Amino acid sequence: MTLADLLPLMPLLIVSATAVLVMLQIGVRRSHTVTATIAVTGLLLATLAAALMMSATNQQVTPLLIIDQYSLFFTVVCCAAAMFIVILSYPYLARLDDDKDEYYLLLVIATVGAIVMVSSNHFVSTILGLETLSMSLYGMLAYPLHSKESAQHPLEAAVKYLVLSAVSSSFMLFGMALIYAQTGTLAFSSLIDLNSNAVSLSDSYAIVGLLLLISGMAFKLSLAPFHMWTPDVYEGAPLPATAYLATIGKTAMFVVLLRFVVMSEALRYDAVVIVFSLIAALSILAGNVLALLQNKLKRILAYSSIAHMGYLIIAVIASYFAASTISIEAVTFYLLAYMIMSLGAFGVVSVVSSSEKEFDLVSDYQGLFWRDPWLALIFTGMLLSLAGIPLTVGFIGKFYLFFAGVESALWPLLLVLVVGSGIGLFYYVRIVYHMLLPVPTSPQFPSATGERLGSYGVLTILFLLLLLLGVYPAPVMALIETVSAFI
Amino acid sequence: MILVALIGILFLGGVLAWLSERLDSKLPRVIALAALLLDLVLMLTLLGGDSADGGWIVALNVQWLPRFGISFHLAVDGLSLLLLLLTAFLGIIAVGSAWSEITERSGFFYFNLLWTLAGVLGVFTALDLFLFFFFWEVMLIPMYFIIAIWGYENKNYAAMKFFLFTQVTGMLMLVSILTLAYFHYVQFGFFSFDYFDLLKVNTSSTIEMWIMLGFFVAFTTKLPIVPFHSWLPDAHSQAPTAGSVILAGVLLKTGAYGLIRFAVPLFPEASLNFAPIAMALAALSILYCAKMAFAQTDLKRLIAYTSVSHMGFVLLGIYAWNEIALQGAVMTMLAHGLSAAALFMLAGSLQHRIHSRDMRDMGGFWAKVPRMSAVALFFSIAALGMPGLGNFIGEFLALLGAFRSNLPMTVIATFGLIFASVYSLWVIQKIFHGEYSNSKFDDSDLTDLNRRELAYFGAMILGLVWMGMYPQSFLDLSAAALQELLAGTQELVSTVVQN
Repeated sequence: MTLADLLPLMPLLIVSATAVLVMLQIGVRRSHTVTATIAVTGLLLATLAAALMMSATNQQVTPLLIIDQYSLFFTVVCCAAAMFIVILSYPYLARLDDDKDEYYLLLVIATVGAIVMVSSNHFVSTILGLETLSMSLYGMLAYPLHSKESAQHPLEAAVKYLVLSAVSSSFMLFGMALIYAQTGTLAFSSLIDLNSNAVSLSDSYAIVGLLLLISGMAFKLSLAPFHMWTPDVYEGAPLPATAYLATIGKTAMFVVLLRFVVMSEALRYDAVVIVFSLIAALSILAGNVLALLQNKLKRILAYSSIAHMGYLIIAVIASYFAASTISIEAVTFYLLAYMIMSLGAFGVVSVVSSSEKEFDLVSDYQGLFWRDPWLALIFTGMLLSLAGIPLTVGFIGKFYLFFAGVESALWPLLLVLVVGSGIGLFYYVRIVYHMLLPVPTSPQFPSATGERLGSYGVLTILFLLLLLLGVYPAPVMALIETVSAFI
Repeated sequence: MILVALIGILFLGGVLAWLSERLDSKLPRVIALAALLLDLVLMLTLLGGDSADGGWIVALNVQWLPRFGISFHLAVDGLSLLLLLLTAFLGIIAVGSAWSEITERSGFFYFNLLWTLAGVLGVFTALDLFLFFFFWEVMLIPMYFIIAIWGYENKNYAAMKFFLFTQVTGMLMLVSILTLAYFHYVQFGFFSFDYFDLLKVNTSSTIEMWIMLGFFVAFTTKLPIVPFHSWLPDAHSQAPTAGSVILAGVLLKTGAYGLIRFAVPLFPEASLNFAPIAMALAALSILYCAKMAFAQTDLKRLIAYTSVSHMGFVLLGIYAWNEIALQGAVMTMLAHGLSAAALFMLAGSLQHRIHSRDMRDMGGFWAKVPRMSAVALFFSIAALGMPGLGNFIGEFLALLGAFRSNLPMTVIATFGLIFASVYSLWVIQKIFHGEYSNSKFDDSDLTDLNRRELAYFGAMILGLVWMGMYPQSFLDLSAAALQELLAGTQELVSTVVQN
């Protein structure tokens, strides 16, 4: 390894150094503010470094990591999102009667894992990144455990996630082992030379391995029918941790999935296409229908994330059948859009909540339009974007997905997408409707105070991004077109 | 630039109206009125415009999303201009009808009103299909808010139904638009959503039929036509008066406009094959909804059903696809925009005064509110198609044109005129004639029309009389545009007819 190899790793190194720095700082003197500041600074530096390097870097660093424009693009996205989550976490944890600092340490380490994942084109780095991310997430999900108010929920959520995540990781590992047994290498591209019409038993390890690998990934992405853990974990975990899991956790895994599917051309196998199609249709329908029955925002967002991951799978399937790269751009743009709107929606809920009391019921938001118009407007924007209404980034994202589907003539899946979006409207608009009702007399969450200014700032940035990318997305589209060529 | 200004003024005016509520709760309505008046004046300046180039008076074409070949392409011809004028005119009337009715959260109300209208202006001017779809969706959310916040007892259900119907069918249209754009890409090698580019696309007739159906369902849901009409009576009966005015007067017309501008010209062959079914649906819609109207006791639901019935004539005229029938469809759109809006306003002002829409409670109002009764009689007669008023011209021309292309359906549809007289006169008789009794409601607020109300009803009466007496001024304006549309499909239609 030379200096030329280290330079592309700059964002990863910065985030890792931040983790070390936070650890040392905690050892010297505990201070919530200082820890959060270090974390924000480190993540901001990493974001800037990755953004500056993006146009000039395209390099395989060791066989494990590929640092190209695509991975750097998602490094920027993940680091920025992690920074936003730190800012949102700060007021949330402010009144926790326990040590708060290690939370930021876990968050930064998880981000290291996410960066490794988005830069991975090798099974080893996938597992390394994934486990780094997941291990830290277990801690984050269970974080308010020793709090006085301690409910069992965070522990339950974390244990549930720990067990199921470990099981799915072992599925993936076994799948990788089977693929290795056939090909003898662990690079994503290893499958490309295999004959997809294999008949003899010894030739069919790979396809079994492939399906195991896909089901493991589907677990992590909470795609139906592997989605059962999602609502419980989302509901039990503290909000910023849920936001992290829902945005960065999902995005990093999805980038791995996309890169793997594209590089290995796994969709040559009919079985894989069928499995993906079923997973997509089931996720869209199950996610949207089950979300209708929920009264808690976190559960609604959990089911909605299941549906959104299903939408994305359509574009992944389309990527193999289409001549142009639009479907890859569709995945990329939609992941960015999903990051913005999902983070925004969780952000709104977390800005009014704290570790002592989460305001999670839809009815808690009754009359928000008349109590806190700005927050209500932001929340409305995020929800309408999730529903795919114009003027928001969600609409452009959905447009991309529809285009990818049409280009590859995936008519049945498009029909499911239309039906799913139709059902989806219902529960998103229901929340908006509650915000429009007259202000109730029952106890409410307090309005903004000084310590939440940072969170409001984050939400405002996300809201402006939402509108900007919904009205004039051309520059970002051009950027995504460029970076998508690298995959 | 003037087209951007037209839409921009309303978007900006909406934001200003919302913000100004903090200063004074009466300010938003003034701002809304000013924005709409400014728009109307700007539109009037377009009237004398030179329409040499294929009927387009003014156009604007700027790149927007180059990756997909999407441009910000707005243009106005005589057809669009007529509908723009209708939109601005009814927008002003709607502000007038909300003037004293909307007292709570007026800033947000006028914001939604102006944004809906901005979306409608966009729909009437967009010539890029992506842009068109964009505006098509922009209209929805503010309208949802108008119904859901300021509506009556069952507003949530009605607003949600409206939203789901239009949004889901909108998605089908999106799939159709994308498919069309994709076939353009296959044939010509570059992405484009531009109207003129997409006109050149050739596809096999099966595919063309499917794509066309996506458009047809979206537009006829908005129009609406049986069997996609069931959202409309709910939406109308629950919406505040100004909402009904916009909904009946302007929003429904976007569906008809979409059919004339996009559905038929883009898919002439499929439309020609589909025309018998469309005209049968139109005839069914006319008769069925006239019958349904007769069965209602809720005044607003009744007017809503008559609205659907009259829109049947528009669909009939469009699918006859000749100049006379199209002129009739356009005239019906304009005249119905005024008469239906006026009837909804009358129903609204009655509800405002006696807090009921149930016609079983009403009777003998002529003695109590003579001016209102006379106005109601006028608009009922207009709606039933009295010669000398706008609706007659429209429906007569539509039937005359349709007569040439599909005789049986036209004959059936003509019966709609008779049913229209029956239910219109029945309403007048039920509410305004007979014995007056105030046992079922509190009549302390039952006062006659005030000056403001007289002013806007007067303006609408003038409009209808003008359309009825001198329709040529409107026909001239839309003639060039319609001929251009017809010319584009002429060749194909004549060859198919010959075979």
